Amino acid sequence: MEELSALAEGFGHALTWYNVALMVLGITLGVVIGVLPGLGGANGVAILLPLTFSMNPTSAIIMLTSIYWGALFGGAITAILFNIPGEPWSVATTFDGHPMAQRGRADEALVGAFTSSFVGAIFAVALITFLAPAVAKFALKFGPAEFFAVQFLTFASFLGMGRGTPWKTLASMCLGFALASVGLDGVTGSLRMTFGYDELLNGFKFLVAVIGLFGIGEILTSMEDGLKFSGADAKLRMDAVIRTWKQLPRMFGTFIRSCIVGCWMGITPGGATPASFMGYGLAKRFSKRGHNFGKGELEGVVAPETAAHAAGTSALLPMLTLGIPGSPTAAVLLGGLLIWGLQPGPLLFVEQKEFVWGLIASMYLGNVVGLIMVLTCVPLFAAILRVPFSIVAPVIVVICAIGAYTVNNSMFDVWMMLAFGVMGYLFSKLGYPLPPLVLALVLGDQAESSFRQAMLVSQGDVTVFWSNWLSGSIMTLGVILAFWPLAQGLMNRFGRSRPAAA
Amino acid sequence: MSAIDPDQVHDVEAEKPLVSLRAADIAVALLFLATSAIVIVDSVRLGFAWLPNEGPAPGYFPFYIAVTMGIASLINLARALPQPEGEEAKPMTSVPGFLRMCAIFAPAVAFVFAISWIGIYVSSAIYIAAFMLVVGKFPLWKALAVALGVAGISFAMFEIWFLVPLPKGPLEAAFGF
Repeated sequence: MEELSALAEGFGHALTWYNVALMVLGITLGVVIGVLPGLGGANGVAILLPLTFSMNPTSAIIMLTSIYWGALFGGAITAILFNIPGEPWSVATTFDGHPMAQRGRADEALVGAFTSSFVGAIFAVALITFLAPAVAKFALKFGPAEFFAVQFLTFASFLGMGRGTPWKTLASMCLGFALASVGLDGVTGSLRMTFGYDELLNGFKFLVAVIGLFGIGEILTSMEDGLKFSGADAKLRMDAVIRTWKQLPRMFGTFIRSCIVGCWMGITPGGATPASFMGYGLAKRFSKRGHNFGKGELEGVVAPETAAHAAGTSALLPMLTLGIPGSPTAAVLLGGLLIWGLQPGPLLFVEQKEFVWGLIASMYLGNVVGLIMVLTCVPLFAAILRVPFSIVAPVIVVICAIGAYTVNNSMFDVWMMLAFGVMGYLFSKLGYPLPPLVLALVLGDQAESSFRQAMLVSQGDVTVFWSNWLSGSIMTLGVILAFWPLAQGLMNRFGRSRPAAA
Repeated sequence: MSAIDPDQVHDVEAEKPLVSLRAADIAVALLFLATSAIVIVDSVRLGFAWLPNEGPAPGYFPFYIAVTMGIASLINLARALPQPEGEEAKPMTSVPGFLRMCAIFAPAVAFVFAISWIGIYVSSAIYIAAFMLVVGKFPLWKALAVALGVAGISFAMFEIWFLVPLPKGPLEAAFGF
C-alpha cells in the first residue's frame, strides 16, 4: 500500500494550522459564492486566483479547492430553502428538497443533502487516491498521439453525452478552439487572427472568459427575471442530524449508484449537472419509494447531491494525472497550477509528490471541515440571502471586473469580460452549452500542438492515431462517442418509419 | 412596483415580448457563421497546407476548426429557420426584461469606461451607490455606506494586504498611492 504511506505523508503537509485556517476561510467563501447568484465554483475560483499568487502552491490549492467544496455545498442551501438552485448542479435537488422544506422538513433535507454530498465527495477522493497514481504511471508512456487521442475523447464525450442538440455543442466547442488559436502560434511564431491589434497578441484569456460567461451572464439572467428570496425557515436543530442519519442506511443502493454515475461523469467531462440528473433519474427508477419522488422524499435529495459531488470531485482526477480538466472549475484550478509553475500531467506525481499528496489529503480534510461547517452554520449562510438583489448585483459586477483585471493587469480584459457576459446570457438562453467552450479555450493550444507533433512524426499520415492499440482504442471510442448522436438520430428515424410503413 | 425592480420576481413570458427565441437563434447562428468566415480568411492567409519537414502550416488547425464550426452553424441555422406552426413564437426576452438587464449593464459599461480615468475604487463606489439609489430606491446613507464599504475593503485587500495593484486615479494619487 504505497499510496497509503504517501497519503499519510500528505496529511502531514496539509494538517498545519495555517492550512486548516485557509480551509475554513475557503469553505466560508465557497458557500457564500455558492449561495449568491452570479458567482459560482468556476468564476469564484477564477476571481480569487490572483490572491493566491504569493502563497506556496500547496496552501494555494488547498484554499482554492476548499472554495470549490464550499460552492458545491452552498448550491444545495438555496435549492432546498428557496427553490432557487444556486448552482446548475443543484437543479435536481430542488425536485424533492423544496417540497420537503414546504412540509416543514427543511432541516432533514439540508442534513440529507450535506451528508450525501460528503459521501459522494469522499467516495471520489478515495477513487483518486488509489486510481490517480496508476493512471499517472500509465500516462508517462503517452506520446503526442496518445495525448491527442485523450483530448479528442474528452471533447467527443461532450457530443456523445451532453444534453441538448449536439450541433450547438459542436459550434460552441469550435468557437472555443477558434478563440484559443488567436495570438502567437507556439510552433511557428506567426501571428494568427490578430488583425493588427496588439491586445490580441496574447490571445483570449480563459479566466476572463469564465468570469464573463458565468458571472456577468448569470447576473443578466437574474436581472431579467428578478430575484426574491422568500421561503422556508432555516432553523436546524441538532436532533435533525441524528433523525436524518438514521434514515440514510436504507438508501445504501442509491448512494452506490449515484457515486458510480457521478465518478464516471466527472472523469469523462460530463460534469456535475448531468450527473445529478442521472443520479436522480436512476434512483427514481430503482428505488422502492420511486413513485413518491417529487413530493418530498429524502432519497430524492440524496441521489442528485451524491452524484453531483462525486462528479465535481472526480473531475480533478484527469486534471491532475493527464492535465485535462473534467469541468470548468477543474480547468480554472489547472490554470492556477500553471501560474504557480507546476506542470499538470503524469510527471506531477513524480516531481511534485509533496504537492500532489498534500492536495489529496486536503480533499479528505476539506470535506470533513466543510460538512461540520455547513451543518453548524446553515442559518448564518441563509441570512446572506436576505440581502436585496439590488445591492448584490452591482457588487458582483465590481468583483467580476476586479477579477478580470487582475488576470493580466489589462483593461482590455475587462472589456472582454463584458462581451463574454452578453455571450454567456445569449448562449444559456439558446441552449449552447458553456463547458465545452471553456474547456476548448483551455485545451486548444495543447490539443493543437499534440496534434501537430503527432502529424509531424508521421509526416502527415492520420493513421498515426491508430498505430498502436492504446491511442487506437481511445480514438475509436472517441469517434463512436462523437458520432453517437448522429447514429441515434438515424436509428430513431428508422424506428419511426418502420411502424408507419407497416 | 416599478417594472425595473430587480428584487421582485417578474414573469418574463407574460410581459410584452421583445425578441423571439427563433429570431435570436437565427441571429446567433449568423454570428457564428461570420466568425467562422473571419477565421477561415485568416487561416487561408497563413496557409493551411502541409509543409514538407515543417508539418501543418499555422492556419491548418484553425482552418478545419472554422470549417466544422461553419457546418454546425449552418445546421443550427437550418433548424432555427422554419416558423413553428400553430403555436405562438416563444419570446427570448420581454421589453421590461431587457430594460432590467440594461439597468445593470449600461452603467457597467460606463463603470468600465471610467476605470481608466478615475481608477477602479472610485468608479466602483459611484457605480454601486448609483445603482442602489436609482434602481434599488435605497436611502442615500445606505447606498453610500455599502459603496464606500466595498471600495474601502477592496482597497485594503488589494493595495495593502495582497499587494496586487489595481488601476488608480487622481484621488488615490492625492493620498500618495
